[in-house]
Amino acid sequence: MTVADESSVDDFQPQPAEPDPGRKRSWRKLVRRPQIAFGLIVCFIWLVVILTVHWWAPYDPYESVGDRLQPPNGDFWFGTDALGRDVFTRVLYGARQSLPIAVAVIASAVLIGSVLGAAAGFLGGWVDRVVMRLADVTMAFPAILLAMAVAAALGPGLKNGFIAMVIVWWPIYARLLRAQVIAVKQREHIESAVSIGATQGRILRKHVLPLSFTGVLVNATMDLGQVVLLTASLSFLGLGALPPAPEWGAMITEGAKYFYQWWIAVAPGVAMVTVVLAFNFLGDGLRDALDVKAATR
Amino acid sequence: MNEVLLQTRDLGVEFAVSGGAVHAVRGVDIDVRRGEVVGIVGESGSGKSATMLALLGLLAPNAKVHGSASFNGIEMIGAPHEQLRALRGGRIGMVFQDPMTSLNPVLTVGRQIAEAIEVHQPTLRPKRVMARVQELLEVVAIPNASERMRAYPHELSGGMRQRVMIAMAVANDPELIIADEPTTALDVTIQAQILTVLADLRSRTNSALVIITHDLGVVAGVADRVNVMYAGRVVERGPVEELFYRNQHPYTAGLLACLPRLDTRGRDLEPIGGAPPLLDHLPKGCAFVSRCKVAEPRCHDVDPQLRDVGTVSVACHVAPAATSAMKAMKAVDA
Repeated sequence: MTVADESSVDDFQPQPAEPDPGRKRSWRKLVRRPQIAFGLIVCFIWLVVILTVHWWAPYDPYESVGDRLQPPNGDFWFGTDALGRDVFTRVLYGARQSLPIAVAVIASAVLIGSVLGAAAGFLGGWVDRVVMRLADVTMAFPAILLAMAVAAALGPGLKNGFIAMVIVWWPIYARLLRAQVIAVKQREHIESAVSIGATQGRILRKHVLPLSFTGVLVNATMDLGQVVLLTASLSFLGLGALPPAPEWGAMITEGAKYFYQWWIAVAPGVAMVTVVLAFNFLGDGLRDALDVKAATR
Repeated sequence: MNEVLLQTRDLGVEFAVSGGAVHAVRGVDIDVRRGEVVGIVGESGSGKSATMLALLGLLAPNAKVHGSASFNGIEMIGAPHEQLRALRGGRIGMVFQDPMTSLNPVLTVGRQIAEAIEVHQPTLRPKRVMARVQELLEVVAIPNASERMRAYPHELSGGMRQRVMIAMAVANDPELIIADEPTTALDVTIQAQILTVLADLRSRTNSALVIITHDLGVVAGVADRVNVMYAGRVVERGPVEELFYRNQHPYTAGLLACLPRLDTRGRDLEPIGGAPPLLDHLPKGCAFVSRCKVAEPRCHDVDPQLRDVGTVSVACHVAPAATSAMKAMKAVDA
């Protein structure tokens, strides 16, 4: 971010200032990173699948459409499962279960975590202590264990799984944002905002949060993949989606019973790999692109 | 003489630290009159910034402020939060030392100046605000103001950024501008320009200006009256000319003696020996005693108070004999 004219003796030399084309250029630069491009393309494909699959899916995901336990062939690309349902169709429909819930979990966790974290970091004092102890308590449990406990207590089903995962995830963002807010709060331009008479709320909104959010954005992108995995894990354990819903984790559970019919479990597994990989690439790429320090090093 | 705009009486600041308190400011009385330029000079840790930051409630939370400071007759120490906030940037503008870090890097400079206006005049229409921003940039002598408004801080040089800071400080026509080391982070050539801008603004708006600096040269150029601070106290004050030519305190004399001068080429500079006392373990008597060449026994026991000596006020037992004694010693050395 440093600029060559810092020590310029001629203080009156005009310098070009064109913020708008610059912004467009940096967007293009972002997309040109192979990691980000890959992530975006895969995410886009899955998005199209989610939105349009009911128009072009070869079969109905809930109906028995052929002989049971067929290996992959021309009619059933990923074979059929124990009830004779088309695995390929079910994998495609599975995206409708896993991805929206991942987005919803992360969005809720980011929202709750950010509000609490920003309040903790900005206000300090007892607010900080209460929020951070709550976060500590939550994070002391392994994520899957806590999610299982909550889901088991509330009863199986994707809705309760969602609640369980938000409870597991909010402390991550609360801590992240709190640390950022504390760091940004001590910068001198915040003091100068105070000295022009800006209110606390305005300073938090306009000066602290915009500079604190990068880490949350990167982490949220990467965590999308993790939530897909955790959703599947809960379903695998029978605490998430309930049969006959075409959910990836639940499908793997069914597949696990038929060890020699490998395709039943592998197909949803591969789908999950692509999704998690795409989100991780996207997050990694974003982190590299947004981390100004690393970029100028 | 003009009416007193800002008056501090027995102003003190303590910072609570582990194992005690640091007495950063110890009973400071400073008067600033309307339209006047007051310099506050001292080395690092002398309490010059803490004094002014205390007024506006800008000190760190572990600071304890006592004493009194009134601005236009309104008591500021212990004033409600909202009242202080309205003063900050409204009737009192503040310019900080480092323009590199005091601007928000993700907002355009025009936006930031506009914010200073919006905070205090929320009903002003956006168009009028932007017109005012442009006017302010022109006042602080930024060429091509309408374009520069859209620049981000990193696109501007240090001098330009300090001009932006000044524009923010004066956005609401304050009655008092406090400049905390406004030129310290800048090249010498730019320093002069910034001081000119500040002096221009002051005479244009008839606001008062307090310049906090460790640079006697800055003070000599623009100030009407000067307060010299040492270890949290004002040790000498007076009109700028008097202070430079007829100073009475050994510390002031020492500061001036260690400035390089064109007419004493080839001679070594004379630093003041020793270091300032620790502010959490102050000596019983005069804080300067361990570094003073003309200290007497009573200086170790009794802390001197400010008193008028000749044309200045000075906190020294030995004055008015102190500086002449120092000159005599110098003559003997030579």
